[in-house]
Order: sequence, then C-alpha cells, then structure tokens
Amino acid sequence: MEMPKPNPEILLKKARIVSRLQEALYDGAVIHDEAETRAYECDALSAYRCPPLCAVLPSSTEEVSAILKICHEEGVPVVPRGSGTSLAGGALPTADAVILGVARLNAVLETDYPNRFIRVQTGRTNLSVTGAVETDGFFYAPDPSSQLACAIAGNIAMNSGGAHCLKYGVTTNNLLGVTMVLMDGTVVEVGGAHMDAGGIDLLGVICGSEGQLGVVTEATLRILPKPEGARPVLIGYDSNEVAGECVSDIIKAGVLPVAIEFMDRPCIEATEAFAHAGYPMCEALLIIEVEGSPAEIDEQLALIKEIARRHNPVELREAQDADEAARIWLGRKSAFGAMGQINDYMCLDGTIPVSALPYVLRRIGEMSREYGLGVGNVFHAGDGNMHPLILYDANKPGDLELCEAFGADILKLCVEVGGCLTGEHGVGIEKRDLMVVQFTPEDLEAQMRVKDVFDPDWLLNPAKVFPLASSATRRAATGVAA
Amino acid sequence: MIRPASEEDLAGVVAGAKGPLSIQGGGTRGFADNAEGERLTTSGITGITLYEPGALTLVARAGTPVEEIRERLARDNQRLPFEPMDHRALLGTTGEPTIGGVVAANISGPRRVMVGAARDYALGLRFVDGRGMVIRNGGRVMKNVTGYDLVKLLSGSYGTLGILTEVSLKVLPKVAASATIVLGGLSDDRAVAAMAAALGSPFEVSGAAHDPGTGETLLRLEGFDESVRYRSERLAELLKTFAPSRMESDADVVAKLWAAIRDVTAFAGKEGDVWRLSVKPSDAPDLVGRSGAKQSLYDWGGGLVWLRCDDGTDLRARLAAFAGHATLIRANAQTRRGLGIFQPEPAPLARISAGLRAQFDPRGILNPGMMG
Ligand SMILES: Cc1cc2nc3c(=O)[nH]c(=O)nc-3n(C[C@H](O)[C@H](O)[C@H](O)COP(=O)(O)OP(=O)(O)OC[C@H]3O[C@@H](n4cnc5c(N)ncnc54)[C@H](O)[C@@H]3O)c2cc1C
Repeated sequence: MEMPKPNPEILLKKARIVSRLQEALYDGAVIHDEAETRAYECDALSAYRCPPLCAVLPSSTEEVSAILKICHEEGVPVVPRGSGTSLAGGALPTADAVILGVARLNAVLETDYPNRFIRVQTGRTNLSVTGAVETDGFFYAPDPSSQLACAIAGNIAMNSGGAHCLKYGVTTNNLLGVTMVLMDGTVVEVGGAHMDAGGIDLLGVICGSEGQLGVVTEATLRILPKPEGARPVLIGYDSNEVAGECVSDIIKAGVLPVAIEFMDRPCIEATEAFAHAGYPMCEALLIIEVEGSPAEIDEQLALIKEIARRHNPVELREAQDADEAARIWLGRKSAFGAMGQINDYMCLDGTIPVSALPYVLRRIGEMSREYGLGVGNVFHAGDGNMHPLILYDANKPGDLELCEAFGADILKLCVEVGGCLTGEHGVGIEKRDLMVVQFTPEDLEAQMRVKDVFDPDWLLNPAKVFPLASSATRRAATGVAA
Repeated sequence: MIRPASEEDLAGVVAGAKGPLSIQGGGTRGFADNAEGERLTTSGITGITLYEPGALTLVARAGTPVEEIRERLARDNQRLPFEPMDHRALLGTTGEPTIGGVVAANISGPRRVMVGAARDYALGLRFVDGRGMVIRNGGRVMKNVTGYDLVKLLSGSYGTLGILTEVSLKVLPKVAASATIVLGGLSDDRAVAAMAAALGSPFEVSGAAHDPGTGETLLRLEGFDESVRYRSERLAELLKTFAPSRMESDADVVAKLWAAIRDVTAFAGKEGDVWRLSVKPSDAPDLVGRSGAKQSLYDWGGGLVWLRCDDGTDLRARLAAFAGHATLIRANAQTRRGLGIFQPEPAPLARISAGLRAQFDPRGILNPGMMG
C-alpha cells in the first residue's frame, strides 16, 4: 500500500513540536519515545504499520483544541484515533503525523430518559454506552461485533453498523449531535437533543467522514427502550439460492426481524469444528432473530417458520430457552475466530442488492478456485452486507498480495451488481485505490470539496478514503506530505 | 418556467444559466413566489426506474409524484416509512408533491419519532451541482459507507447544493393493524410527560402527538394484529396515571387522525404565520408558553412543535436563545425576506455551510438566499 512520503521538515522539528504539545496539556500525555509510539503504529488492519511522530492523549475538548491549533500552525498532519479496531487502516499513522487518541475522554456527560438521549465523550466504548443506561431499561442500538473495544469516536467516523441494524439502523441513524474540533482549533456544536438539522445537515456528512473533517470529542446519542425479549431460529438449506429466496419472502411478508444472518458451507464447517454449536452440515444456514413480548415473538416466528417450510429446509430449530438461543448464536459469533484457527484471513465488507446474493456467492466460489485461496461467507443477509473471509498464509511469500487481489476482485463484483465497496468498515487505506471502481472523478471531486471546506490544508487523517492520485494536487498545493 | 425532460437536459440548463435559478419540484411549498431567479421545475424528470420489494428498495427520478410512488408501493403492500407531509392544505398551494422535493427538504411525518426521517431512508442520489456537473453518491443498498455521505448532506439542503435528479429509497412493508390511544384533557406539560413515558416504554409507539386545541393526546401503535392488541392494552395501563383513555382501532379512523397531524390540518385556512420548531421534547411546553402563539400542535412527542402566530411575529426574537431551531413555514414574502426561512446558525457553522454552498455552487445560482 503506497503512503505519501513523510515531510522531512516535520521530522526535523519533532523536538519542538513535542515540547509545544507538552506545554499545551494539563493532564494529557504526549508519547514520543520511539519504543512507546509503536503502540500506535497500526489498527486492526495490522498488515500495515508505521509509528507516528508522536501520540497525544488529551483529557478535554479544550486540550484537543490546543493540540490541533499547534499542529495547524506547524503544518503537521493529525490522525485521530479511538480504540484502533478499524479493519480498513483508518487510523494508520504516517511517520510525520501526530496521533490524537481520545481514549481518555470516556465520561458520560448526561443521561436523559424523558428525551431518550445520552451525551458522552467519544473515547467511551460502544458497549459501555449501553452499560450506562441498561439498568434503567434502555440501550444504544448500533452494536458492532467489536463493541467491547471500539469507541464511539471510531463508530461515528466509520458510521459503524452491527448485527441489529436491519431494524435499528447504523450509527448515523442514531446520532443526534456532536462536539467537534476543526483542524484550526475551532470548537463547533452540531445538532443536539433535537431531532433534525436546522440548516444543511452537517452532522450527516461528519458521520462516516473517517476522521478527515474534524476531531469529534462529544456525542449525543439516541437511546431506546429495551424490548421485552428476543428469540432466534436457525434454518438450514441445501442451496444458497433457496436460502436467499427465503430471506426475500420473509421481508416481503412484512416481518422485520432484528437480525438475519447467513453462513455458507465453508463457514459452517469451520465454526462447527471450532465452537461445536451443533449446526447442521448444509449449504446455507440462516439465523433469524425477532423481538417483543413472548406472544409477539410467537406470532412473528410462526410466520417466519411457515415461510421457511415452504422452501423445504433441511433443518428448522427454534430456541426454546436462553441456553438454546445462546447456542444458536455461538457459532455465528465465533465465525471470525473459527476462520482464524484455519489460517490468516482478510475480512471483506462489500454490500450487494440482496437479489444478487446467489450469483455473487457462486462467482466468489469460482474465483476461490481460480486463486487457490479458501473463502467463507458470513453475511448480514437482510441488508446485503457481505463479509467474505479470505484465507491466506501470512508467512508464505506472495500470499498476502494474492489475497488482496482476490479481495479486490470480490469488491469489484459487488460494485458491478449494483452494490458498494464497504458496508460498515470504511474505506481507510484498504479500499482507497478501489474508489475509482465505484465513483467517477466528478463524484470523488464533490466529496473532496467537502474536505476543502472543513480542512482546507488537508492535514486531517492523510492518505485515507481518496486515491492518492485523486488528491495529489490538493496535497501538493498545501505543501504537506507531497 | 424551465422544465427539463431529463437529467442531461437539466445539466445543460444549469451549465448555461446566466443568472439565479429558483428550483421547485411540484411547487407545493410556494417558495417560488418571492424567490429571485428564473423558475425551474424537476417535474419533467419522472419515472420509477427500479423497484425490488424483496430488497426493500425503490429508485425514482426526482420529479416522480409521491402519489405515484405510494400507489406502486401499495400494490406490493409496502410504504414510505417516514410518512412525508403534504403541505398543500396548510399552505393553500396546488401542484403535485414530488419525491425529489421530499428528499431535498427532508420531509418526515409523525412516524419519524420511531423510524427516522426521510434522510434516514435515502440510500443514494444523483444531482446536478451549480456547475452543471452530474454527481452520484450512495447507491441502492442499505448499508454503504463508501466515501463521504453526500446523500445526507443533500437531503434537507433545499436545492442549494445541487438539484436532485434521482433518489434511491429504502421502503418498508405496510402494517397489518394500527391503533391509537387517545388521552383527554392533559395540560401541555403533562401531555409531553405522557408521551415521554409512552416513547420510553418497550411498546414501540410510532406516533406521539398532542393537540392543545382539542385537548387530545394521541399515541399510535402499529404491527401485526395480536401484537397491536397486546401493546395497546399494556400501554393504556401504563398511562392510566395520566388520564383515562379511549382506544381507536378502526384502520380508516386511525389513518385519518394521523394524516391530520402529519399535514397540520388544524391550522389550514386560518390566518397568521406558521412556524415549525425542532426542540428537545421536554423544552417544548415552556417555549410554546413564551411564543404567544394563537395555536399550537405537538408532534414527535414534543420534539416537533407547530405554531400559528400573528402575521410578522419575530418568533426567534421572542423565544431568545433556545436549543433547537425555528423554521418559518408560512408567511408573506415580506416577512420571509425580513426574518429568513431558516434559523441563523452560529458563526462557525454558518461559515462551513456558506463554504459548502460556495464549493457546490460557485456562481451562487441555486436558490440563492434560501438558506443563508
Ligand atoms: C473483531 C472485529 C469485529 C468488528 N466488527 C464490526 C462490526 O460488526 N461492524 C462494524 O461496523 N465494524 C466492525 N469492526 C470495525 C471497527 O471496530 C469499527 O470500524 C469501529 O467503529 C472502529 O472504532 P475505533 O474506536 O476502534 O476506531 P479507530 O480504529 O481508532 O479509528 C477508526 C477511524 O475513526 C477515526 N477517528 C477515531 N477517533 C476519532 C475522533 N475522535 N474524531 C474523528 N475521527 C476519529 C480514525 O481516524 C479512523 O479513521 C470490527 C473490528 C474488529 C477488529
């Protein structure tokens, strides 16, 4: 992956930058020792690493503002960082960049049940937002599988999703407001406890902008009353097509499950060997979960089972109690881990129109044979967000490159059938150079114009989202990281 | 009136424009009567280009009438979940609301409180910017974080960043049953508290409105028959401490009740300016008290307040600083010009918004002055 060459002038003035940052912070920390900056050299896309110039861990919005003002004056790029769980290299530093980590900003600032929102500092982890309101019967809906570790900051930057977003939407649908610091240190409040934007919907474009428009320090999040209960069913089919038809029929029938998860045979085999969840050996497995009171659950599941039976399932199992429900979810939840037992893997994230599912799975199977690399598919079937896991051997020369080429072909296929490169993980550096497959130069230009307004010097989170060639003139014009 | 027949035509018109354009869909918002510039309508760019009921997606050109989309969806037992308002009765306008207008103005009705706004259902769009360039963002799939979300940015930008030519929407199934619990005689304060209790319950309330005129507080439940019955009983029980209630479960009656809330028909045909406040729900009763309005209506559990005030009232001055914003929906041309349709933004945000307009419309020809 090509990254811009570090600006030698910045490297030369490291000592001055570090001392200015140290002076600006009261309680926050500046990490500049080479051994210690290694902790920030990568995120969860660990194939790519580069220690930053230094890392700062501020403890207040004011400190974030002071840091950005200094970096702005010095012309130093800044890479915002939450918990570093990005799978797209979104938080990958460059050698001349300051990592600005918000991990110390983790307080709950306000909970308001009558108006159903919570205001938190963005270093707080996703799960601990729900943790703060759970005993009062509320929850924060977006639930990425990484929710124990990932921060609200990263969720907002990536517009993260989760297993339950079919019903509750992704981050952008649950975000009411932010406090954000612009690259020049200006603090702005966008949105708040009210429900819609008063002018142009800036919040809408801030969410999902991958840390390139500003550093988000506080967030107002919509919280929801917890449903009375939930229950999954497991349905097995002997063909992907039939499983796909079943999903489509369920949606058409007017049921809106909270989750419809899909696993294919390679994935079922791997998870079964790993987690022993008792899954049937078949071509396609669906896990469908519905919510409500016991009677409502019965009503919805009766309809789902009736539809499922019309397609002749090889297995149809409804959880009778919490224990069985947990077993049904066990395999799905350990799918990534199970694939990891077999080999190193790369996790893709393209989305396709659900109608294209059988075709895309067939093509992925063919490509898998052509490339000679195994692939398993886990899939949010209700919304078409695929997670093909390509297996490769990191120790075998050339295997990573082969795997990346295969991955790129799968993502191109997603775009070709009317879908997109990434459904929830973000572009980062990983899919940056594929953006031209999905967008025309004019489409990309329009997006880059937004960055021109928020960050005219292009200092925030360099070399992400846009192909380097597309952003070259802008980066050259500002004299930063040529 | 310029009426391009295609996106390509429109791009040509914008590229060749010599001065400001006043953009409309069906013209039901009545913006054109005091706008500067040549009138341009998207109503010639029509047609549903893709509909996949099993994928819950519909793609239509911007000028397609909302009614045509409703009818098409109904044939497959689906609907636009965000329940867009029809402004004609309130504003005394004619014309045919278009889907492009709905998205460009981010128009959502009572169900917004549970399911989200129009912008939350906009999956993708195509638009012509102020240079006459055709730009595409988003797509037709439900989960998409590829690049910046210009779909949200353009939704609610009232044509000032670009003229929409096509929108792709997430749709949802129609419900089998609906019911409404009606509480009588609550003060505004108590009504907002009752709505908060309902919306904070697990019973999935899909509408929460209060009309001080009739003294009625309405709570809507939708879904499968058994489920609606169960939840409405439980909810009525929960709200017992506020007031005795009655239940409306005839589908037509329920639909009429909520269409009236959605379209603010209680204000239709009555004189005065109409304002729309977006606020933190629990702040609403106090703001209504201070507004000096002749009539008010609470929707979204209090998060949306409609006010009918004396002609020319500077409501923003009267309310002073508050969290949220006030939009002037109906007033004569002079008042609109004098007070501005949209609440002025704090300086740093105003700078960003102006910067975005300058980037997308460098000549300042798309609805100039509309949003600042
Ligand atoms: C095992 C595993 C499972 C996962 N499952 C899911 C899943 O189900 N759904 C999903 O959507 N994702 C998933 N992810 C991806 C990842 O967890 C999400 O992208 C997450 O939101 C990243 O949060 P973070 O705090 O770790 O952010 P980081 O990795 O630290 O940063 C992510 C991006 O956010 C930017 N950023 C960070 N802080 C700020 C800030 N304060 N202001 C502005 N920008 C900022 C960074 O610059 C970077 O571009 C998974 C990852 C792993 C490792």
